[in-house]
Amino acid sequence: MKIILSALCAVMVTLTGLSQAFSEELVVYSARKEHLIKPLFDAYEKKTGVTIKYITGKAPVLLERLKSEGAQTPADLLMTVDAGNLWHAAREGVLQPVSSSVLAANIPASLRDPENRWFGLSRRARTLVYSTERVSPSELSSYENLADPAWKGRLALRTSKKVYNQSLVAMLIAEHGETKTEAIIKGWVSNLAAPPFSSDTKALEAIIAGQGDVAVVNTYYFGRLQKKTPGLPLAIFWPNQSTGGVHVNVSGAGVTAHSKHPDAAKALLEWLSGPEAQNLFADANMEYPVNPSVKPHDFVAAWGEFKGSDLGLEKAGELQSDAIRLMDRAGYK
Amino acid sequence: MERCDTDMMMERPLGLFRAGGRVEPSLVLASGVALVVVLPILFVMVSIFADTRDIWGHLRENLLAGLLFNTAVLSAGVLALTALFGVWAAYLTALCEFPGRRFFSWALLLPLSIPTYVMAFVYTGLLDYSGPVATFLRQHVPTVAPFMPPIRSTGGVILVLALALYPYVFLLAAGGFASQGERVLEASRSMGLSRRRLFFRVMLPMARPFIFGGLILVLMETLADFGAVAVFNYDTFTTAIYKAWFGFFSIDAASQLASLLVVMALGVLTAEGWSRRRMRYFRGRDGRRAKRIPLSRRQALGAHLFLGGLFSVAFVIPMIQLFAWVGEAWREEWHLGYGELLGNSLALAGAGAFLTLSAALILAFAGRKLTGRFMAILSRISLLGYALPGTVLAVGMVRVLTGIDHMATGLFAVLGVAISGPFLQGTVWVMPVAYMVRFLSVGFNAVSSSLGRVSPSMDEAARTLGVSGFSLVRKIHLPLIQGGMVTGAILVFIDIMKEMPLTLMTRPFGWDTLAVKIFELTSEGEWERAAIPAVALVVAGLIPVGILVWQKERTNR
Repeated sequence: MKIILSALCAVMVTLTGLSQAFSEELVVYSARKEHLIKPLFDAYEKKTGVTIKYITGKAPVLLERLKSEGAQTPADLLMTVDAGNLWHAAREGVLQPVSSSVLAANIPASLRDPENRWFGLSRRARTLVYSTERVSPSELSSYENLADPAWKGRLALRTSKKVYNQSLVAMLIAEHGETKTEAIIKGWVSNLAAPPFSSDTKALEAIIAGQGDVAVVNTYYFGRLQKKTPGLPLAIFWPNQSTGGVHVNVSGAGVTAHSKHPDAAKALLEWLSGPEAQNLFADANMEYPVNPSVKPHDFVAAWGEFKGSDLGLEKAGELQSDAIRLMDRAGYK
Repeated sequence: MERCDTDMMMERPLGLFRAGGRVEPSLVLASGVALVVVLPILFVMVSIFADTRDIWGHLRENLLAGLLFNTAVLSAGVLALTALFGVWAAYLTALCEFPGRRFFSWALLLPLSIPTYVMAFVYTGLLDYSGPVATFLRQHVPTVAPFMPPIRSTGGVILVLALALYPYVFLLAAGGFASQGERVLEASRSMGLSRRRLFFRVMLPMARPFIFGGLILVLMETLADFGAVAVFNYDTFTTAIYKAWFGFFSIDAASQLASLLVVMALGVLTAEGWSRRRMRYFRGRDGRRAKRIPLSRRQALGAHLFLGGLFSVAFVIPMIQLFAWVGEAWREEWHLGYGELLGNSLALAGAGAFLTLSAALILAFAGRKLTGRFMAILSRISLLGYALPGTVLAVGMVRVLTGIDHMATGLFAVLGVAISGPFLQGTVWVMPVAYMVRFLSVGFNAVSSSLGRVSPSMDEAARTLGVSGFSLVRKIHLPLIQGGMVTGAILVFIDIMKEMPLTLMTRPFGWDTLAVKIFELTSEGEWERAAIPAVALVVAGLIPVGILVWQKERTNR
């Protein structure tokens, strides 16, 4: 028994030793998909010699994995989309605060955790897209206005199960309180042109086909369609410009609480927030850089400038559960 | 029916021991299998004690009744349609003779390798208001267009799931029909049964365990499905599980809801076992297979219409749509090393199918040998992995693996070696085990219904000739149930290739598969690009289906 045990021991030690020999290695758990992150990691590897290993998955699933792995986790960095997911990760204690003057300088305060456990790396705007054939921009004004009976049978929405909509509604709650927001959501539901869609792209396609007139979507979904078929009868409208601003969310990352290489992970984060990576990061998915000194891609810049909401994004996390309950009550599926 | 082999059947309490107090080896093996399956499920169920009244209150007030209603409607609809499609098609191809029969007997299996979520995004893409069909109608026949029923509806989701799932019933039922001996049918005919009554009174009841086996797989797939219903935004019980987890970030509430699914599945399995507790299904003593009934020309035409229609809707049309998307997207997508993805998919599916089938055989033989209540419970709980949504099972799996890793680290610490890091989690070796936990039910259903056909009098005869124990299994049983084994292995193989959540959770770094690629692209709404891995998956699925057909033709000759 003893012999078997020590033999097993020896094998394990060798295996572990082997994996630790390559210590210039970072492990990333990413809810951002492979084709969006791989080019960045390749560039970083080339520049620094640090190899980056990653697995992708849904944010809550990766979070659960981090939690059950605890101190043994191989992960150094958790990368997700939507501030709601990042906020939950921070609350569950799987991220550690990182103090870095580089990050503080590169990323505006509203796009990172007040306690520096997560940092936005790209900005996405959830805005209105309308049919240029059936809507004049003067009809549009705000998210709230879409509850107006004038939009009956004209609104195309994605399912309330998508975190983007949960964050949007959370921000509406932060601004207006529950009662008023519930009335707005009920208004949206009664204006729907079709049952909610499973994706932003489907909602946009419904507008092109004439099933609805206006949709609430992230800009890059519009961008992808526009790139594929230039001259679509669709246009972007920036809502709430005289009030709170367009709902802006982030994709971002944080260093895990049990990272074995916190300094290397911090260095990667800093690089990702810098000018070199910011364009790669944002452009890969037609998003906006978080770093104010970096300009968005021309294709994206052509959609015009807008005022983004500057409500702290942690609100999206705090109020996410309330937002879901509210949408369930309002019958928004 | 005949009861023989009193030595085997002697009812002892629980039936745990051989005479003389020695532990039965097959029971030890079966317990091992059950333990591996039940551990991750238990690790999900530990959450039942957590306090989640808050979320439950919300769900009960606003959602639960509707979700349960939707789930019931969906299950009933999918069961009815898959039974209709599967049994009818199996009857025609296994028991009737008409031109083109051989073609349909394998072609109708092809939709097996189209995952339900792929079927869902193909059909919503094709038939929704903004899709090509509706657009064409609006432009060219505007009078008809408003009457096109919406695909994103209860009927639509039922139809799409039934198209993706009917092959389970078809495959198992065809096996059941094909192995009905000629003698029984001759006897029935000689008693003057009409063809209709022959079907309903003899053939259908004799194939019942096979058909039920298929329908149970369909039911469990439907209950655990998340991908397809999400494409339709059709809310079912699994929606509540995901809402609790992904929305409220309460893995506890999600696990509690999932535990209810496990209980429901246990109920179904028990009810099914109970409903045939007094039935035995043995193959006739002569090996002659039933003669096929020749169809008249009119009947053959009807058969062609039905089978051809089913084949077109379940396979040809989805493939045309997928290829159309491939044509649009291949320039963008066809550089990502699909060879490696394919290789990974095939390797994992092969290893997983082998392990799953071995476990299924252990369970089936232990169940044949031991008739105690303990064994019945054991085999039932071993099948529960199929009832959980894959993602929830994946969490249970990760909890078990990290638990073992923690213990290993602790052990090393005691021995004075300070190393840490996962030993099991994230290694490729645990993946076949994870698949076994999930798909044991699939392999077991195929194997055990075949084994049920082998009469105990056969064992008795073999024993009098001095063949017993393992050589009885090897020389007599395995050759007789070869068909069921191949069926089971291939179903599991294809299921593993389609599997997504467990693969996502347990794979090592860089170990992507075709299904993972489909997930990555569809979750970004990139249906067209996802068509490429989807087509690769279907084409890879042709290999096992081909083996299956070859094997069927060989044994049916």
